[in-house]
Amino acid sequence: MAVCVAVIAKENYPLYIRSIPTENELKFHYTVHTSLDVVDEKISAMGKALVDQRELYLGLLYPTEDYKVYGYVTNSKVKFVMVVDSSNTALRDNEIRSMFRKLHNSYTDVMCNPFYNPGDPIQSRAFDNMVTSMMMQVC
Amino acid sequence: MADEALFLLLHSELVSCVYKSPEQGEAENGRCITKLESMGFRVGQGLIERFTKDTARFKDELDIMKFICKDFWTTVFKKQIDNLRTNHQGIYVLQDNKFRLLTQMSAAKQYLEHAPKYLAFTCGLIRGGLSNLGIKSIVTAEVSTMPACKFQVMIQKML
Repeated sequence: MAVCVAVIAKENYPLYIRSIPTENELKFHYTVHTSLDVVDEKISAMGKALVDQRELYLGLLYPTEDYKVYGYVTNSKVKFVMVVDSSNTALRDNEIRSMFRKLHNSYTDVMCNPFYNPGDPIQSRAFDNMVTSMMMQVC
Repeated sequence: MADEALFLLLHSELVSCVYKSPEQGEAENGRCITKLESMGFRVGQGLIERFTKDTARFKDELDIMKFICKDFWTTVFKKQIDNLRTNHQGIYVLQDNKFRLLTQMSAAKQYLEHAPKYLAFTCGLIRGGLSNLGIKSIVTAEVSTMPACKFQVMIQKML
């Protein structure tokens, strides 16, 4: 489903980034990088919003010609960015949301692992497998 | 509840384990406190990541402090903070009249000198939790009569 999944630390450096067409990796890095400004914009706008609108899921950040970029920010200001092929119209907002939830759950597990140092790049195999399964589903 | 007893036992074992070294004195005491505090810091970081998974985004600093006093404290110590005071300039005082980790000791001045080592872990817990939510702080604890204690949180403003 997703073609690229990235986890960005609160200081805005990448903790984890993976994309499926490996030959064009740099393009995805660039896409994720540029999306961070939109994330920042959305968060600062959200501070004033009502309680029920202060959700962790940020929704569609921006569409490009071939891809759609979605964002999610945890309470600890860690950002998740997901790039999805825009030809995949079957993908609903709700499904993206549940994918982010899964990603968040998995990230929490990594964070609670005593052998993981907060702020280090994520090298957990469990996390890796979860991301792979998210990318594999009906590509 | 069983898990509560386990936490209390583990915590008191933790303290005595850290304090096992034969060296005594002021410097060694400081080292032990730092060690307990940094353990608490890491645990706080992990816990807050789990607890805030399903909550809405926090509005401001006070919102975060309220979360620590209510939800966080209830989950860890099975009760809420009794009193939260602030000067609205980055200093918060959290008062717990019956702090869980001190209730096992006699409620007088007898063990007062040993209180700091049973509070260091919790200070770290608060500091770690706040730091993961993006707030740098200094947390100190203060006990005057035994089961009651105060935690002072000083927020470091980022320039």
